[in-house]
Amino acid sequence: MAKVLMIDYEKCTGCRLCELVCSVKHEGVSNPTRSRIKIVKWEMEGRYVPMSCQQCESAPCMVVCPVKAISRDGGMGRVEIDYDVCIGCRMCIAICPFGAMAFDTLAKKVIKCDFCDGDPLCVKFCEAEAIQYVDASMVSAVKQVAAAEKFTGIMQKVAAAIATV
Amino acid sequence: MALDRKIAYINLTTGEIETKPIPISIRKKFLGGRGLDMYLMYNHIKPGVDPLGPDNVAFVSAGILVGTLASASARTHVAGKSPLTGFVGSTNMGGFFAPEMRWAGFDHLVIKGKAEKPVYLWIHNGEIEIRDAKNIWGKTVHETQQIIREELGDRDIKILTIGPAGEKLVRFANVMTEIKNAGGRSGMGALLGSKNLKAIAVRGTMDIKIAHPAEALDYDKKVITQVTSAKVSQTQGRIGTPFIWGATNTQGLVRVRNFQLNQLENADDVEAEAIDEYVIGMTGCFGCQVHCRAKYIIPEGPYKGVYDEGPEYTAQGAFAAEPGCRSTLTILVGNHLTNIYGMDLLETGSLIAWAMELYEKGILTDKDTDGLELRFGNDDAVIEMIHRIARREGLGDILAEGGLRAAEKIGKGSIKYLIHVKGMSNLHSDERPTPALALGIATASRGSDHLRSRPAIDLYHLPEPVLRKIYSQPVAYDGPLTSDYRDYEGKPWQVFWHETCYEAVDCLGICKYHTTFLGATLPNFEEWSKLLYYNTGLEMSPLDIWTVAERAYNMERLFNLREGLTRDQDWLVDRYFDEPTKLGIPGIQGKTINREKLKKMIDEYYEHHGWDENGVPHPETTKKLDIDKEPSHML
Repeated sequence: MAKVLMIDYEKCTGCRLCELVCSVKHEGVSNPTRSRIKIVKWEMEGRYVPMSCQQCESAPCMVVCPVKAISRDGGMGRVEIDYDVCIGCRMCIAICPFGAMAFDTLAKKVIKCDFCDGDPLCVKFCEAEAIQYVDASMVSAVKQVAAAEKFTGIMQKVAAAIATV
Repeated sequence: MALDRKIAYINLTTGEIETKPIPISIRKKFLGGRGLDMYLMYNHIKPGVDPLGPDNVAFVSAGILVGTLASASARTHVAGKSPLTGFVGSTNMGGFFAPEMRWAGFDHLVIKGKAEKPVYLWIHNGEIEIRDAKNIWGKTVHETQQIIREELGDRDIKILTIGPAGEKLVRFANVMTEIKNAGGRSGMGALLGSKNLKAIAVRGTMDIKIAHPAEALDYDKKVITQVTSAKVSQTQGRIGTPFIWGATNTQGLVRVRNFQLNQLENADDVEAEAIDEYVIGMTGCFGCQVHCRAKYIIPEGPYKGVYDEGPEYTAQGAFAAEPGCRSTLTILVGNHLTNIYGMDLLETGSLIAWAMELYEKGILTDKDTDGLELRFGNDDAVIEMIHRIARREGLGDILAEGGLRAAEKIGKGSIKYLIHVKGMSNLHSDERPTPALALGIATASRGSDHLRSRPAIDLYHLPEPVLRKIYSQPVAYDGPLTSDYRDYEGKPWQVFWHETCYEAVDCLGICKYHTTFLGATLPNFEEWSKLLYYNTGLEMSPLDIWTVAERAYNMERLFNLREGLTRDQDWLVDRYFDEPTKLGIPGIQGKTINREKLKKMIDEYYEHHGWDENGVPHPETTKKLDIDKEPSHML
């Protein structure tokens, strides 16, 4: 079963360590603009959302690419770029609904998340567990449990409130 | 690479801007951040200048490891001659400003002169522009950052700014970044205000090359685990610094009603758990896995629904213990107001509590307070005084001058009740039962301060072998060490060691919570040596880093001596010696600091530094540290 990045923005503390380790791993430099993951912040509200490639099943980047440089990796299930074929036209950037395709202006190439070939560093370093690397089938299961927990918590509170009336 | 960031000299009077590389030889001597700032300060500030005049110089910098794979390498340092004390002005803050400044190409800014009208700096990928600040002058810390981002059209711009307090030259105004990262103590916000410099906006997309990327990734992960596996880090990450309150207040180690009591009784609403009721989550600085900062929303009153961050342990002291208040709301609102005004909350709370004691004793009357009932426990009066200080209204205008100047103006023996060292107010901790902590605040280079040298782990009663292990490296020490925090024995070495440790980490740009400050197992010199090598390629042993820190601390001492510091200013106010503690656990009650023993501790502390009995570095000390020819004007 292919794995995906499961992002829980409520757990993100906004520290951007993921951006740092991503750029060091891929480019050997500290430079968030060359990271494949980005924390979008609403600083004045304390809201932070990690944004990265969703490895879409019906990936618009793959469809739009005029030279068919983007394909799905059978093993990891990731959407990947063949740099020998890519012409750097940036159509994929234009069409990606998540802004997950970026253009590295220094290397002059399109960049995107490649799961660090199966051991994503952003996941490894995020102790808040805002980003996890899980089986695609597990994503909804985890969310179900979290939602059910919230729901039963509310039910218990209501029951307790009624009991004290 | 991480060592190719530049220094910029910005003259606000003439508009001239010059940039230079930083030679490796200077790096090896001072690394960066606070260390290099201290070198620059000694070289660029002429003796005796008016701290609020155009001849004072402001220094803004990033530590040498900022933005690299060195756990929590986020720190910005700001320096200059202090408008509050007239001695070393130096402040260090977290957030995201310093990494962004490095990505924009700069490590150090030297800001001279005074702009004709309010301006801000826009620093972007090696370019520096001086821009008109008319749209942001008068705005709060939070508003300013939003306006600049909109004006320049980039939501990722990071901004160091002053608030209205800095513009009004409140002598303990802060520099701030984001919601609550505060460069407090010593009035660096007033320094920027005096230059008509409202803010510095930075944005960069330049690489910081990591010398050994694979090793740096591996080692950083190890160091992060070392930090976050410590219980103290986990508690910090869950509840923030307010956790300290429970232990210190229960023992009787906090300053209450200015300095009349040492425990705040019946104060459930001041506890971390009470504050936690309003916390919606935790956040952190760049690259930090501890995330010690709480996010909260003010629940009621005129500021209902407002988002802010904190409050820290200092806020519990400033807006509860010292003024004798017991309201969670006052802590939350007081913290918010000092954040948006850009004002040191510790100094603010301490001076308000002092004024309250003066009011209680009849030295200040309703006439002086314009009818405000400035009694202990009056929450509304605390909040009102914060506004008045920031806006310099009435009594607030007097307090905004700082304790010593205010005492001179108020007269009537008011100085007797002022709790300060070198003109800077003390934290709300009561150091009478803890000689090591008392020595630390008495000798700290920027005035009374808990972040310069405090051996906080002294409060843990660690076994002697553990102390021996920590304090015998990277330099050998075989003198006495004692586990009891009420002892005087061996404490001078601990203070000297922590002073050097904190100076080192301020040169590197790493947070103190990732050092032996709060946890005995946290990283120090050994780890920093490796982090420095993997990230920058600089080969420096733990002892080399220690020497850099010692050198930098001696530059601070030389600066202070040049500004007229004498041994009698490394001292505490009389109440530490003459009024015993009244409350707390049995071992804490009835404690004072013994004058003779403190004097002996100071002698010993000077000896560890290689200073004479007047606190002046011996010629062999400055020669050994290679600073005997300063100012050398190399940079």
